[in-house]
Amino acid sequence: MAETLTYLGIESSCDDTAAAVVRLARGRGEVLSSVVQGQTALHADFGGVVPEIAARAHAERLDLVTAEALDLAGIRLADLDGIAVTAGPGLIGGVMSGVMFARGLAAGSGLPLLPVNHLAGHALTPRLTDGLDFPYLMLLVSGGHCQFLIARAPDSFTRLGGTIDDAPGEAFDKVAKLLGLGQPGGPLVEAEAARGDPARFVFPRPLLDRPGCDMSFSGLKTAILRARDSVVAEKGGLTHQDRSDLCAGFQAAVAAVLTEKSRRALEAYVAERPAAPALAVAGGVAANSAIRANLTDLCARLGVRFTAPPLSLCTDNAAMIAWAGIEQHRIGQRPMGEITARPRWPLDDSAPAMLGSGKKGAKA
Amino acid sequence: MSAPPEFHLSLALPSPEATAALAARIAPLLGPGQVMLLEGEIGAGKTHFARALIQTLLAAEGRREDVPSPTFTLVQVYETARGEIWHADLYRLTDPSEVIELGLTEAFETAICLVEWPDRLGDLAPREALLLSLRPDATGEGRMATFQATGICWAPVFAALGAAA
Repeated sequence: MAETLTYLGIESSCDDTAAAVVRLARGRGEVLSSVVQGQTALHADFGGVVPEIAARAHAERLDLVTAEALDLAGIRLADLDGIAVTAGPGLIGGVMSGVMFARGLAAGSGLPLLPVNHLAGHALTPRLTDGLDFPYLMLLVSGGHCQFLIARAPDSFTRLGGTIDDAPGEAFDKVAKLLGLGQPGGPLVEAEAARGDPARFVFPRPLLDRPGCDMSFSGLKTAILRARDSVVAEKGGLTHQDRSDLCAGFQAAVAAVLTEKSRRALEAYVAERPAAPALAVAGGVAANSAIRANLTDLCARLGVRFTAPPLSLCTDNAAMIAWAGIEQHRIGQRPMGEITARPRWPLDDSAPAMLGSGKKGAKA
Repeated sequence: MSAPPEFHLSLALPSPEATAALAARIAPLLGPGQVMLLEGEIGAGKTHFARALIQTLLAAEGRREDVPSPTFTLVQVYETARGEIWHADLYRLTDPSEVIELGLTEAFETAICLVEWPDRLGDLAPREALLLSLRPDATGEGRMATFQATGICWAPVFAALGAAA
């Protein structure tokens, strides 16, 4: 365990361009620097911020963020053991920019280059921040993702289930939009919900009646829309209290679904008798205090450790990519052939994608 | 030269299942270069329709895959035996030039494209596209679907829709 490894990570698979330097020393990971550009676009608003979709925008920023990350860490290229780059999944233009840049850097410096799955980056983060041992259960829950994974090794994940339609973060943003709140929706809906009565509007708990860990959040927004319209039809408008009650009912529904599905995922995971059972929750939605409190209680009841990495390492960043590179390096993975971009790249190829055709849960 | 034919049709869809069944009926009639523009407010069922359509085409090849909402990723591309399917959500775009950056205008020529929030396309909307507008009906449970298209390539789709109406 005396091995010391220092990796540069590069991430450009979605809105943000990021670079970071992470070091493994004495068995623990340390983030020496983590630079993210375009953070405002991350709270990505449905009504205004220009998404940094352009490959060109990434290409223009990649060398700057990389130079800054090396600078802040006080590291030269020659001090590195390798470079890790997000090779997917994500927007093809962004991923390609990152991969091409990293290939150039690796060729110029003679450093090994490892391709990293963006989702593996998220899923391995609890080992960087909390030193979790394999296997642990991971709930990735953000604007664009929602899935349960058992992390078994740096390159081995079992998907227990996930959303068959929208991610919860997206549902929060869209509900905020439907109720005339601003963006990002998560914190605003949460603040409204705190003033509301969760029992006044009872919204559906999609797929709770079915076995398994799959979830559906798309139908919730239709339900909110209908409840809103019936209040407006009845009273000619929406009071502040109505809005707070709608938010409270919505948040209660999301929390109930996530908690019950987490219970089932934990059951399946604990049945494997892990030595140190732990649930790690990563993603912006983990910042919602009602959801977090529910999951913390659940873990306490089941005797499972609960962790949630800090938000800066849960949202898109390159430290998780550098760390995933270090993890791969440690298990002996070395560059093989030319790295190409993979816009679609499931973490677990073996898992069934979803139940049925989504006919019941996924509402129009 | 005679003007290209124009098509117009409205259908009542009483349930989400009816929307999915309609999408499944249209799916096998689409080919590369055909673009469907999906219009309607948040919660109108645009993604639901697109998901059902894509899953029908994947199921025809014995595949079952997630079809996530493309709101955050902007575009999801599916490789199929009949070519690529592009599922795009342009909600977050603010300028039509970003449509070109996404590669969508090229895909209009070569792929089956399903485009949500097509108003963001501006002048870049293909002339021979099928526009589907989804609106909640009076009950809020069902949807009114309105189809509009120009171009002979849509004749088989409208023939199938007409039989269903």
